[in-house]
Amino acid sequence: MDVKNLTIKQASEMLKKGETTSVELVNACLKNIEEKNKELNIFLEVFDTSTSLSASALEQAQKADQMIKEGNGTELTGIPVAIKDNILITGKKVSAGSKMLENYVASYDANVIKKLKEAGAVFIGRVNMDEFAMGSSTENSAYGPVKNPIDPSCVPGGSSGGSAAAVASGMALCALGSDTGGSIRQPASFCGLVGMKPTYDTVSRSGVMAMASSLDQIGPIAKTSEDAKMIFDCIVGKDEMDATSVNQSETGFRASPKPGFGRVVGVPRDWLKEGVDKDVLENFEQSLEKLKNSGYTIKDISLPYSKYSLAVYYILMPAEVSTNLSRLDGVRYGLRKEGESVADTYKKSRSEGFGAETRRRIILGTYVLSHGYYDAYYNKAWKVRHAIEKEFENIFKEVDFVMTPTTPSVAFKFGAKKDPVQMYLSDIFTVPANIAGLPSISIPSGFSISGLPFGIEFTGPLFSDQALFNIEKDLL
Amino acid sequence: MQIKDIENLAELAKIELTETEKADLLKDLDGILDYVKQIESVEVSDIEVEYSSKNVWREDVPAARVFSREQVISQFPDAKDGFVKVKKIL
Repeated sequence: MDVKNLTIKQASEMLKKGETTSVELVNACLKNIEEKNKELNIFLEVFDTSTSLSASALEQAQKADQMIKEGNGTELTGIPVAIKDNILITGKKVSAGSKMLENYVASYDANVIKKLKEAGAVFIGRVNMDEFAMGSSTENSAYGPVKNPIDPSCVPGGSSGGSAAAVASGMALCALGSDTGGSIRQPASFCGLVGMKPTYDTVSRSGVMAMASSLDQIGPIAKTSEDAKMIFDCIVGKDEMDATSVNQSETGFRASPKPGFGRVVGVPRDWLKEGVDKDVLENFEQSLEKLKNSGYTIKDISLPYSKYSLAVYYILMPAEVSTNLSRLDGVRYGLRKEGESVADTYKKSRSEGFGAETRRRIILGTYVLSHGYYDAYYNKAWKVRHAIEKEFENIFKEVDFVMTPTTPSVAFKFGAKKDPVQMYLSDIFTVPANIAGLPSISIPSGFSISGLPFGIEFTGPLFSDQALFNIEKDLL
Repeated sequence: MQIKDIENLAELAKIELTETEKADLLKDLDGILDYVKQIESVEVSDIEVEYSSKNVWREDVPAARVFSREQVISQFPDAKDGFVKVKKIL
């Protein structure tokens, strides 16, 4: 069975008609894992055995087949899903790509896992990522980088690089990722897939390891917008375990977009003036033409505050990282390296457990929060963040979506971005949506001369998530 | 920023660094701060925040959790009688 080119929609229909079984789908994914995982380093663990608290992938598949047989299946029943290594599944290890949590076993299900379990989805394994979701290439994983299935000499993007690579190589039909500054959309773009970051608050963050709590969101990576929507529809909703999560009805959540919404697209031309590869710009213009031909109105817009998004991000995010990761001190969970005193144990455990990028961001966060710099950096960044939110609110009175390339270049080679700022700049187009809490999707838009995928990003107003899934058909 | 600033931050963050790591971090942080300092010039005095945060705490009554005490204790690096065990503090 060719699971590499199979969509969830197709698989779901085949399962319903009895043309295939979940066990067959899972076996096809397992076969691809066996053949290619050694080279690509995507799965940190395949769920091939069960424990008293958790079932193996094949056991889950058998249960799903039973659900379908009894007529209790949903459209996700029996679908093999890869889970990013920072999302908790009861009884399974979850390491966030870090040595710090190498042997940590989750004691509860993340809310998104609980919902997918109820729908009968099958968790095939946990996939590699940049340590604690910090990175744009998976080169920061403590377990080695993931290779891009389309060209193994290139990075798959990050931090959800394992999630994207798993789907692109037929090791799962879809995957969950997390997106703090582009970590779903950028790898989806680098691997030729659809990646979607929901509106902040719409998907519960309970059970995803916190990186930067005011920016993090869980979302889907899949082959088509239709598939991504199926995952989104399953995981969305208020959860009492996440105090920031919201009820769809309370927020005017657009379960189906208003008639006429979604036909006016704004292009922030000044964002594209420098630092974007020529072939990316050409592909972007071609995509604009396609939309025009499909009847879209294209407007040039100006977002002067939002161009500071990346600068704001590299103040607020490390501040939140330094706070969130302070819990990892060798006392309650994770790695402990005994020192001469408790304070010494903290230091030894944290120094041995955290990799270079994690330390860099903790130190940077400690700096921007320290006495004397707090006002100049942290407080100022929050003010600019509010200005960015306001700017988007105003621009969405004129246009329905803001459109940019997802990334300034196609997938780059390993080791190509050694300077941190150069690496951070690969998130220049994805970060604004996180800063303003907006829903944003990356859609594949063809290939470069060297055969690497391009992606186009659309960002919509708060709670316009559903409308983002409708654009792809007009880009073809 | 100087090496002693990095040492001070590392002490606050409870991270040990080698001399090479300190030098690398100093260079990296200089580069990053040089990039982020562009927000200094952004004029935001007329920006008003129109939303406010509200408290969403639950009532302070004990409720059952899906996980057991044993599951949580099993993840402690060291435990004794159901408690986290650490070196003497005082």
